[in-house]
Amino acid sequence: MNLRNVIGRRSSWSLPYAVFLLLFVALPLVLIMVYAFIDEGGRFTLGNLARFFGDADALSTFAVSIEIAIENTAICLLLGYPVAWILANKRYNRSGVTIIIFILPMWINALMRTLATADLFNMLGITLGKGTLLFGMVYDYLPFMIYPIYNVLRRMDPSYAEAAQDLGAKPSRVFANVTLPLSLPGIVSGVMMVFMPTVSTFAISEFLTNNKIKLFGTIIQENINSSMWNYGAALSFIMLIIIGISTLFGGRGEEESQVQGGLI
Amino acid sequence: MKKFFARAYLILILLLLYAPLIFIAVSSFTESRVLGNWTGFSTKLYSNLFSGSMQGAAGSLMTAVYNTLIIALVASLVATLLGTLAAIGIFYSRSRAKNAVMFLNNIPMVNPDVITGVSLFLLFVFLGVTQGYVSVILAHITFCTPYVVLNVLPKLHQMNSNTYEAALDLGATPAQALRKVMVPQLLPGMLTGFILSFTMSLDDFAVTFFTRGTVGLETLSTYIYTDARKGGLTPELRPLMTIIFIVIFVLLLIFNIRQERAAKKKALLK
Repeated sequence: MNLRNVIGRRSSWSLPYAVFLLLFVALPLVLIMVYAFIDEGGRFTLGNLARFFGDADALSTFAVSIEIAIENTAICLLLGYPVAWILANKRYNRSGVTIIIFILPMWINALMRTLATADLFNMLGITLGKGTLLFGMVYDYLPFMIYPIYNVLRRMDPSYAEAAQDLGAKPSRVFANVTLPLSLPGIVSGVMMVFMPTVSTFAISEFLTNNKIKLFGTIIQENINSSMWNYGAALSFIMLIIIGISTLFGGRGEEESQVQGGLI
Repeated sequence: MKKFFARAYLILILLLLYAPLIFIAVSSFTESRVLGNWTGFSTKLYSNLFSGSMQGAAGSLMTAVYNTLIIALVASLVATLLGTLAAIGIFYSRSRAKNAVMFLNNIPMVNPDVITGVSLFLLFVFLGVTQGYVSVILAHITFCTPYVVLNVLPKLHQMNSNTYEAALDLGATPAQALRKVMVPQLLPGMLTGFILSFTMSLDDFAVTFFTRGTVGLETLSTYIYTDARKGGLTPELRPLMTIIFIVIFVLLLIFNIRQERAAKKKALLK
């Protein structure tokens, strides 16, 4: 097989990227696992993982992160679903451009937005704490909830809802039995795009609470930055497991909505 | 009535989303060093920004902006090339190879930034690569390319693949057929992928933070982070952010309005 033939076959054009993925995606994840299970001398140990379960500080940060992430995801869903529904509904909005105005803040530097939010609270005399953290998080992640739900709703065939209506279902029933179940893939991918990033946020939570509340991402960052790579890797490994579990539950929904079109 | 409530709700959410941005924009027109203090209208911060006559640390703000732009440009260009070639390869691969590449391709999109950052940090430590410009650009290519692949693949599905074969039959080399027949049809997807990559790279903080090493490389995000930790943001950041916001707003609107018009035209022709 000579080189010319290899280049001529289009299926081989993904080879450079395959090598790139192995080196920059697969190998780094393997390294997290390796570093999580060795000590500083390079010997195998379960000590890093054991340390997490004995570390009251890390455990409580972990619990707080999960709690904030659940609350944030729930609020984003409650606020974002109606926005997505209204924008996708031809009666209220015919233009495909309006959605851009809603996802636009996503493109502005997140740190800068967060700092401005914190300053806005300071100016209004509101003490920084859990309330402001949740507000800031909702503010940061709402577009990520609106967009995938909007995408699914907009592509939905309206004849299903119309059929239910013709058969005598009340609007509330049409929504609960037809629209909502059909939009589930969008909800799943919205939840995925909000939940995990919230757990692993760092920097943002400190700015919004004046260092009062730390999220899990901060603990990982602190350990990596103070050269405790093995413990930092063990904490990342725990995150990876949670990501793995949550993709098992919601992976399909995400793939669908992403393959159908990009973000803009 | 229903329409009124729907409108009111949308406006309420928009106010929520835009309040901090408007806050930044308004306070970019006053000289006060503290965000939120109004000390009278002034465009001094703007002229400071453009003349580069900023006091102390602010001078390095422009270096940070420059670094951010270079990194975003190089990373998104490479990601667009790599991702387009990969999408073509994936499209013509057998399902096993296709699934394997797509599986790995999805990982950077599912992983939170911190994990991507830490894992790449460990990689560079493991390989003994000095961290700086090169490691940051490689890291940005890693999280950008998946989005290029996902935006080019649908265009391949829409393309009539006989045109490429026809070009080959008529004597074009694969490179010519790629450039003259395939690329023009994939261009919209490539462009979306490029813009997406560019803006994601501009906005990135976590991955840059972990892969920039200790050589003192600052991008806009890490600059803001360091600045805020020291207490008090450089006031010139306010006009800078306002300008960036307006540029992105206008670009996105133009891009999307054009896309919608093109889609409508297509629908009419059918």
